[in-house]
Amino acid sequence: MIFGLSIVFLLTAILTVAGAVAAALLKNLVHCALSLTVTFAGLALLYLQLDAQFAGFSQILVYIGAVAILVVFAILLTRGAGVPEYRGYSTSWLLGLVIAAGVFALLGWAVVKSLPAASPASAAPAITVQSIGAALMSSYVLPLEIVAVLLTVALIGAVIVAMPESRKHDVEQGGAK
Amino acid sequence: MTPLTAFLMVAALVFAIGLAISLTRRNAILVLIGIELMLNAANLNLIAFWRFGSHASGHGDGLTGMMFAIFSIAVAAAEAAVGLGLVIAYHRHSKTTDLDAMTRMKG
Repeated sequence: MIFGLSIVFLLTAILTVAGAVAAALLKNLVHCALSLTVTFAGLALLYLQLDAQFAGFSQILVYIGAVAILVVFAILLTRGAGVPEYRGYSTSWLLGLVIAAGVFALLGWAVVKSLPAASPASAAPAITVQSIGAALMSSYVLPLEIVAVLLTVALIGAVIVAMPESRKHDVEQGGAK
Repeated sequence: MTPLTAFLMVAALVFAIGLAISLTRRNAILVLIGIELMLNAANLNLIAFWRFGSHASGHGDGLTGMMFAIFSIAVAAAEAAVGLGLVIAYHRHSKTTDLDAMTRMKG
């Protein structure tokens, strides 16, 4: 126990933050994507420590399994793997850094000021995957349907946006003939 | 330092790093990575408040914070798909993902 925190939490938090910092600083884009994966895994471990098993495994499935792979695919499709990034930082990087530091100072001040120094230890909520599924199918069925429609529309839209446009011109020319 | 404060500080740090990535890097994919980090920090806040909040006394089944985080993960996945599709489409037109070079959207 260090500062009243467990060693496991400290290691996980350091892993998470170190992955995010590496994603911010590394030159090679593929390395950035891999350190982003480390951050996602660290966040999943933090969810597991918070007794949110379903959210933790959803995080691993959705972020490490889908989003990180998508990012790697996008990086490899838009440029070669071994090419070092040309001028990695914006010209106004100092201003951006100051804004980010200010936001962190504000958030940290709010967290430290607004929370009581010693919160009563609450018992771990007894939530099973079965109860989550039952709630999704009963009281949360409307948000579930809306999210399903949103995901369908977003994926179809992403495919249409990323599709080559020359095919459409071919179809139009074919129709004109 | 209580556990809730510690989790919230980690979330604030991840949010600030994501904001710094979005504001300072020039590659469009890295800006999307920064936005993903900010969304993840918000999810960590939701789960932490769900775990340490008074979920037994509130109305409902004590699942609200968890459900919020799960739906947030789903929306973030949709956002990543559309954002990366846009970056790939732009790269097909003008062969760049540099945000300072992206000055026009019309092909």
